[in-house]
Amino acid sequence: MGGNIFLAQLLSGLTSAMTLFLVASGLTLIFGVVNVFNFAHGSFYLLGAYFAYQAVAVSGVGFWEGVILATLGAGVSGAVMEYVFLRRIYGRPGEAGFQILLTYSFILILDDVVKMIWGTDYKSISKPEALAGPLYFGEMIVPKYDIVVIGVGLLVAVGMWWMIKRTKFGRNLRAISSNREMAASLGVNVPLALSLVFGLATALGGLSGALSAPVRTVTPGAGIEVIIGSLIVVVIGGLGNFWGALVGALIIGEVTAFGILYLPQWAILFSYAVMALVLIFRPEGLLTKRSAAR
Amino acid sequence: MRSWRSAKAIRLGEAAQWGAGLLLFGTVPLLGKSYFVTMANEILVMGLFAMAFNLLYGVTGMLSFGQAAYYGVGGYAVGLLLSEGIVPFSVALPAAMVAGGILALVLGPLCIRLTGVYFTMLTLAFAEMVWAVVFKWYDFTGGDNGIQGIPVPDVLRNPLRYYYFTLAVVFVCFWILRKIVESPFGATLQAIRENQERVGFLGVNVRRYQLAAMILSGAFAGLAGGLFAGYQRSIHPDMLHWTKSGEVILMSILGGVSSFFGPLVGAAVILFIEDMIGKYTEFWEICIGSIMLAIVIFFPRGVIGTLGARLEGMRGNKGAGNEATRS
Repeated sequence: MGGNIFLAQLLSGLTSAMTLFLVASGLTLIFGVVNVFNFAHGSFYLLGAYFAYQAVAVSGVGFWEGVILATLGAGVSGAVMEYVFLRRIYGRPGEAGFQILLTYSFILILDDVVKMIWGTDYKSISKPEALAGPLYFGEMIVPKYDIVVIGVGLLVAVGMWWMIKRTKFGRNLRAISSNREMAASLGVNVPLALSLVFGLATALGGLSGALSAPVRTVTPGAGIEVIIGSLIVVVIGGLGNFWGALVGALIIGEVTAFGILYLPQWAILFSYAVMALVLIFRPEGLLTKRSAAR
Repeated sequence: MRSWRSAKAIRLGEAAQWGAGLLLFGTVPLLGKSYFVTMANEILVMGLFAMAFNLLYGVTGMLSFGQAAYYGVGGYAVGLLLSEGIVPFSVALPAAMVAGGILALVLGPLCIRLTGVYFTMLTLAFAEMVWAVVFKWYDFTGGDNGIQGIPVPDVLRNPLRYYYFTLAVVFVCFWILRKIVESPFGATLQAIRENQERVGFLGVNVRRYQLAAMILSGAFAGLAGGLFAGYQRSIHPDMLHWTKSGEVILMSILGGVSSFFGPLVGAAVILFIEDMIGKYTEFWEICIGSIMLAIVIFFPRGVIGTLGARLEGMRGNKGAGNEATRS
């Protein structure tokens, strides 16, 4: 294998790792703070992609405005879902099962809503003109758009880290995550914070979908693929662990990118193999010290 | 246990349930329409699948979102063995059961390394892996074409005869499942559902029991898939699709996971609803999703469980709500 192909695959893996990371970090944030496994998280990726399609290809809004609208739209939908439905089942005995069933019902509902509005055909939008071409590094050809996606991903990672560690809101979130009652009695508006976290996390999912819309065709049903991909990522990194999501996404992105090179038909199985290995040797995830295995 | 009713009355009530079930399903062909036979056959198959799932969820407290893998593998075992002409039907059908059990033996140890939500998501992920293999392995499984024209023995070629065959097999399975739940083994599974940690402290190897539950559930799901393949005489990767796993969960919670026949009733209700919706709109997912959402929010114990508890409450037997649905 030539060095150029190697580097190109590495970069393509990095790009898909970033879109995975955007979804998985939201998933892991919701799990860490709200203590909900949002099975419908992939559906917000789907919503983001279709919102972007609607804005850019149908309504003729500029690409980046479209991406921002899609991100906001997905975030608002997520916050509404938390506010109207999910909060009714907090604290119920056997909550975990109900969480899965409730969020599962949202996968079904959102899937059909998307089909009703946009139909079942493949949709795609074009990249913004300034980013359509490649960049040349010596002999290596790199799509500009990939670099932007990687940049956005890194920016989000740093921004999230800053928010969680350095802002008052982040401090409240950490307090809620370790003890919800205690945080509430110290004056943190817990219900509001939970809705905001849900909105923020689903907005990240929407952003991922919107950014992917020009490179992958958008179809209904993509939600479940995405949720399984990000599930594998968070299991590898450790569910609820923010940096774990980044590490897991990088591993899965690269494993899939190189898997496609060698065994295109079975590339998807490599991620499962990695997950199985992690489960056997570190069931709590690579970056989590303990407790996830409970 | 409903202490205010004698043990004898309970046993009579149960016998009546079995009798009514057999009578109901046994007389369906008298309605004279092939539609009803097809429907009843599907209800029996999905009912068996749902009750196999419920051995995991309702009895042991393990919510698996990947049972379609076992169902599908059972179907493919029958389909492949028969269409390649390797073994007769009498061997292929038990082989479906074995295939489901073996798959659970392979995937189970990985899934039970984690618990709660993690367990659920792992079962889903591994089931999707099995689906991907079946979907893509054209040379072996026919990929997304599936397999058509599966030869079944002449004796069973008549749909009516196949229906009675299914009826017999499924009710025997129900009886076995009932015996499993009532046995000391089943009691341990229920104890694990109530408090896994405490059962562990008693010196029980919880994981071994959980794995056993997965294998049994996988085996019966495989048998259900095998029965389906024999009836339809065709199979398709959709049998393993994750929505199938979701469907069987919905059937169980709709019927009530804490009553023995609940999942069968749920299967009947869902299949009729799907059939009706299918006539009017292609958007059945949103209907099923809304029903599920309503159940989770308003009828957390399943429609039948919740209504049952209400009725008990009206009879002035407060506090029976929790217990009454659990037999």
